[in-house]
Amino acid sequence: MATQHSRSVARLMMAPAVVLLLGWMLVPLTMTLYFSFKKYLPLRGGDLGWVGFDNYVRFVSSSSFWPAVQATLVIVGGVLVITVILGILLAMLLDQPMWGQGVVRILVIAPFFVMPTVSALVWKNMFMDPVNGLLAHLWRFFGAEPISWLSEASMTSIVMIVSWQWLPFATLILLTAIQSLDSEQLEASEMDGAPVLKRFYHIILPHLGRAITIVILIQTIFLLSIFAEIFVTTGGAFGTRTLTYMIFQRVLESQNVGLGSAGGVYAIILANIVAIFLMRIVGKNLDA
Amino acid sequence: MGRIQLKSVTKSFGDVEVIPPLDLTIEDGEFTVFVGPSGCGKSTLLRLIAGLEDMTSGSIDIDGADATDVPPAKRGLAMVFQSYALYPHMTVRKNIAFPLRMAKQDQAEIDKRVEGAASVLNLTDYLDRRPGQLSGGQRQRVAIGRAIVREPAAFLFDEPLSNLDAALRVGMRLEISELHERLATTMIYVTHDQVEAMTMADKIVVLQAGVIEQVGSPLELYRTPRNLFVAGFIGSPKMNFIEGPEAEKLGAQTIGIRPEHIAVSESEGDWSGVVSVSEHLGSDTFFHVHETGLAETITVRADGEVSFRHGDRIYLTPRSDVIHRFDAKGLRFE
Repeated sequence: MATQHSRSVARLMMAPAVVLLLGWMLVPLTMTLYFSFKKYLPLRGGDLGWVGFDNYVRFVSSSSFWPAVQATLVIVGGVLVITVILGILLAMLLDQPMWGQGVVRILVIAPFFVMPTVSALVWKNMFMDPVNGLLAHLWRFFGAEPISWLSEASMTSIVMIVSWQWLPFATLILLTAIQSLDSEQLEASEMDGAPVLKRFYHIILPHLGRAITIVILIQTIFLLSIFAEIFVTTGGAFGTRTLTYMIFQRVLESQNVGLGSAGGVYAIILANIVAIFLMRIVGKNLDA
Repeated sequence: MGRIQLKSVTKSFGDVEVIPPLDLTIEDGEFTVFVGPSGCGKSTLLRLIAGLEDMTSGSIDIDGADATDVPPAKRGLAMVFQSYALYPHMTVRKNIAFPLRMAKQDQAEIDKRVEGAASVLNLTDYLDRRPGQLSGGQRQRVAIGRAIVREPAAFLFDEPLSNLDAALRVGMRLEISELHERLATTMIYVTHDQVEAMTMADKIVVLQAGVIEQVGSPLELYRTPRNLFVAGFIGSPKMNFIEGPEAEKLGAQTIGIRPEHIAVSESEGDWSGVVSVSEHLGSDTFFHVHETGLAETITVRADGEVSFRHGDRIYLTPRSDVIHRFDAKGLRFE
């Protein structure tokens, strides 16, 4: 009886949190679905009635849809490659015993604490400005013509900014993984005659497998929805319009809530496909 | 083939000298055990021989060639670690084959040697499992397998049995001894357990605080320990040490008598005392005797059939020919 009682009390006490979470998720989701089937133009007549799948068809058939998907994938893929590779190298570097280890580690994590908007603005104005930016000075120092980063190499610039923000996260997770590696395993492989690079490939990299999948999974979820970095730098111009940014433009710039909502539903589907795909990989990796 | 010679080897970590100058020769084919209490520098010494630690000064010769600056992989030694250090993402087969793959042997040769090692160690049925699916004893055997496929000049064992339960430990002890008989390769074995040292070794090296206290065969150490430390460390239960008038009678600062060299009687004897605890092992019985006026506790080993109980007064007679005498410095003299 006691367990029966405590179980129902537990349910009662969990209820507020569950209801809040459900509402948090369900209300916006239902509203998005609701609006995606309507022609709704707030400044041009308001709610103009149901239109079926019109919005969905229009969103996909827009000439900017496929380029947006491509831009999204390039940014996500580029950032993942850079953060994972540099993250592994940095983690191995930080794992070495050195003077001031604690301070260095905090400094490495620091970029993660800077708000995306702020860091993107700092990059845009202090580093990538073609006249006064640090990179422009560097280029001129070597006698080269400064690049106007955000217009000439817009995609590269955004990948650089976002990578800089996410590198600390990857480094941190990979560092904890490296620290959990049994040093006797490395010594054993050293005695077995494996030189440094082979030790990395045969011992360290497999040990990091799990941590790498987790980094990829978490980062993908967040990177699919980056927005601020694009908003304050290129504003979606020069081929940097991602799916998220396109939805924003449909809703706020064209004031077409219905069309934007349909885009939102596509984004949900895309995120879920990626999530299922990743969960499978992670699941396999975690079982082994 | 596997003669290892250490010449005035020292090791310091910062200002702390863990191993003061030390000389030691390990003959080819010998089973040498380094034994000592924890923190005595025995593992450090093994790691110096393996090349995993750099010597502060001194030199090491392996097979007559100077190996002081030779990297671990090139010394021709194989090591079995305390944690086994198996590679968790590789199957048993790949674990054992790893050193051969690193040495770029051809696949046919690798297969042959892995199969050979597996059959010697009874691992044939487990070759396609991963270390995580094996028991402690099996993992231990994989670690040994990975060492023997390399056909090294010498094997180094770093407390390999300390993670096993008591029954398995006895079994593995035998297996390692048999392996040594079969391969006749030099083996260096580190342990803090004097029973392992006594049962397996051809030669025991007793270490304390980085200093070699005595080197000798198990029975030499048992019969003629050089000093109090070795006398107390080798043998189980520990030797009884007696100071005071009883020792002065024999002209010594301290005398030592092993528990198995004291006869027990309920009516007469040289010494008397009261039994505090008796431990019955079946084959033997150990009595811890108090109130003897000689030392706080005298431990006595008697036959399993002898049964005295807590509080009984008993009489003890030491065998006079096996009493060890020690001078003021703790050194044994005849």
